[in-house]
Amino acid sequence: MSEELQSGIVKKFLYINRRAPHGTNYAQEGLEVALIGAAFDQDVAMAYLDDGVFQLKSGQDTKAIGTKNFSATYRALGDYDVKLVYVERESLERRGLSEDDLMPLVYEDEDDDWEEKPLIHVVSAGEMQKIISESDVLLNF
Amino acid sequence: MLHVVNKSPFEKNCLESCVRLSQAGSCILLIEDGVYGALFNGEASEEIQTCLKDRKVCVLGEDLQARGIESDRIMSGVEVIDYAGFVRLAVEHPKVQSWL
Repeated sequence: MSEELQSGIVKKFLYINRRAPHGTNYAQEGLEVALIGAAFDQDVAMAYLDDGVFQLKSGQDTKAIGTKNFSATYRALGDYDVKLVYVERESLERRGLSEDDLMPLVYEDEDDDWEEKPLIHVVSAGEMQKIISESDVLLNF
Repeated sequence: MLHVVNKSPFEKNCLESCVRLSQAGSCILLIEDGVYGALFNGEASEEIQTCLKDRKVCVLGEDLQARGIESDRIMSGVEVIDYAGFVRLAVEHPKVQSWL
């Protein structure tokens, strides 16, 4: 545990999302809790693995099933200063998806003249191992 | 880091994801229905075998007993622990990831 964490300054939160959207509430609630955490100036990163990668699929439209289409809310991540959204490559590939199938999420980089930069980082299982082990607080949805 | 799995590998992919995403040197603990993952010749035995090369794998004895799984059905190398051992593991590892 870092000294910074012990002195209570900022913790690295990782929200691990492993479930598909719409069938259950996990995805929507995970997203809402992450946005709340980010609003309280915590260092928030998102990880999408297993069926969780379906949450970021572009073109979701829930009109016909009568539920809220919260997929548009993912675009708010960048506005809440969440700059790291990790998607595991193997989970994508096993579902026949690639990075091109995902919503194009961006954030505006205040250190670089507010240039829009991609939020999504597709990472290998090995990189994801490291991301998980280096986070201070893990929340699962 | 301590990784906890409480779902059967025959029903859910929690154990598989845990194995894929845990680092060498970490500890994997199987509890509740997760104990079925420790079965010799079971669905997950190859994955557990891979883990045992560089990770510690433990299974909660109380949950094995409750399910009638005798210790000779458990893969060799997997350590059977009790509730006190569970507490020790939790204390030894400041960070815990539960693969719910």
